Amino acid sequence: MAQPVQLLVGTRKGAWIYRSDAARQAWQVEGPLFLGHIIHHFVADPRTPGVLLIAASTGHLGPTIYRSEDGGKTWVEAQRPPAFPKAADPASARAVHHTFWLEPGHASEPGVWWAGTSPPALFESRDGGLSWASVEGFNDNPMYPAWCPPEAGTPDGALLNQIKIDPRDPAHMYIATSTGGVFESTDRAKSWRPLNQNVEANFLPDPYPEFGQDAHYIALSPTNPDRIWQQNHCGVYRLDRPGERWARIGKAMPPEIGDIGFTVVAHPASDQTAWVFPMDGTEVWPRVSPGGKPAVYRTRDGGASWERQDRGFPAEQGWFTVKRQAFCADAGAPAGLYLGTTGGELWTSGDEGDSWRQIAAHLPEIYAVVATPLT
Amino acid sequence: MISVLIPSQLTSYTDGASRVQADGATVEAALDDLDRRFPGLKFRVIDEQDRIRRHMRIFIGMEEARDLRRTLQAGDELMIFGALSGG
Repeated sequence: MAQPVQLLVGTRKGAWIYRSDAARQAWQVEGPLFLGHIIHHFVADPRTPGVLLIAASTGHLGPTIYRSEDGGKTWVEAQRPPAFPKAADPASARAVHHTFWLEPGHASEPGVWWAGTSPPALFESRDGGLSWASVEGFNDNPMYPAWCPPEAGTPDGALLNQIKIDPRDPAHMYIATSTGGVFESTDRAKSWRPLNQNVEANFLPDPYPEFGQDAHYIALSPTNPDRIWQQNHCGVYRLDRPGERWARIGKAMPPEIGDIGFTVVAHPASDQTAWVFPMDGTEVWPRVSPGGKPAVYRTRDGGASWERQDRGFPAEQGWFTVKRQAFCADAGAPAGLYLGTTGGELWTSGDEGDSWRQIAAHLPEIYAVVATPLT
Repeated sequence: MISVLIPSQLTSYTDGASRVQADGATVEAALDDLDRRFPGLKFRVIDEQDRIRRHMRIFIGMEEARDLRRTLQAGDELMIFGALSGG
């Protein structure tokens, strides 16, 4: 059954909340919140209704975290935002430029949050996001300089861009980075190892290295957390644990579209189904909808085949794309899909991608869209 | 006491005040004093390695401070600016 949803929208110039009716047809908007702030991620705590966290920075000011306990009516700033320890050697001193990803901790660990930053680093909060500590197991790992070389990185800065926790085991974690690919921990972030077999990095001399890939996004199937979907810089992949070798399921995409993009969405109830939003990665990497014709592609057979879903999107001259955190599903049946574009448009599908309609336009560039139940 | 000019980007910390007073014999001590009264302000200006953030600038009178150890004298004016940061 469909249920009311709220969309937490982070943009380059502030945050908005869109709240739906029970049919997910009518939407009410609240905002802007934090007008002018760069909102990298805007996330609800599934363990505590009403708790929201925002990762923010501005063009001038350093990065910070805001927390609300009343659904966004009032906010307090973190007393100790993610920050590296003071370095003895100024030459190697790292400073957090911004927090890119916020992940609520495991259901058994209320109050725990994890954060991924630029430069790539992992931070943990045990007090609901008010104070944060550097996670030494990754940030001070002896391999860190190789996994996250300072000269590598994406245009907006190298990222630790996703944190995923096995819902069956709080000690089992995955992270995705733009400099080293995917890493796994089985001891609650104390140690990490690369998990990138058969994932391409065509911008390196060895195109299939142990690490060095740019993992744009990873998603665990909610009903089968052993199935990991990855939208990588070079293509779309799937990994079934305990397997170690990713399969390039994006090879089944139409050749004229390719399988480059920023994000992948796992179906809330079927581990065979996922969606991607392809972008043009040819020649100089325009990073726009291929041919100016935006479309989502869906697989319902684990990636063996893909179908184009573009009804409602512009048929031509549509040049937007969708960034890493800006495409998501709700938990309804049928699943509702939501995506925010670089052109400041918010689109939704109530029929699992078969048709799309725009519910907002003229927003700033959208960085993040998170769908949560409206309680 | 040092007179401190607060840029618009930081007045949410100072209850809207664009001019406040601070104690401190150095720029860092003055910022620490401000941070005690306006929690969180310092980290928005100075990173965790004690570097002035890229798009923030601090002046004492007409002289730009690049080192937080720069000493202050009673009556100095400490000016914090949000510099150019793009569109």
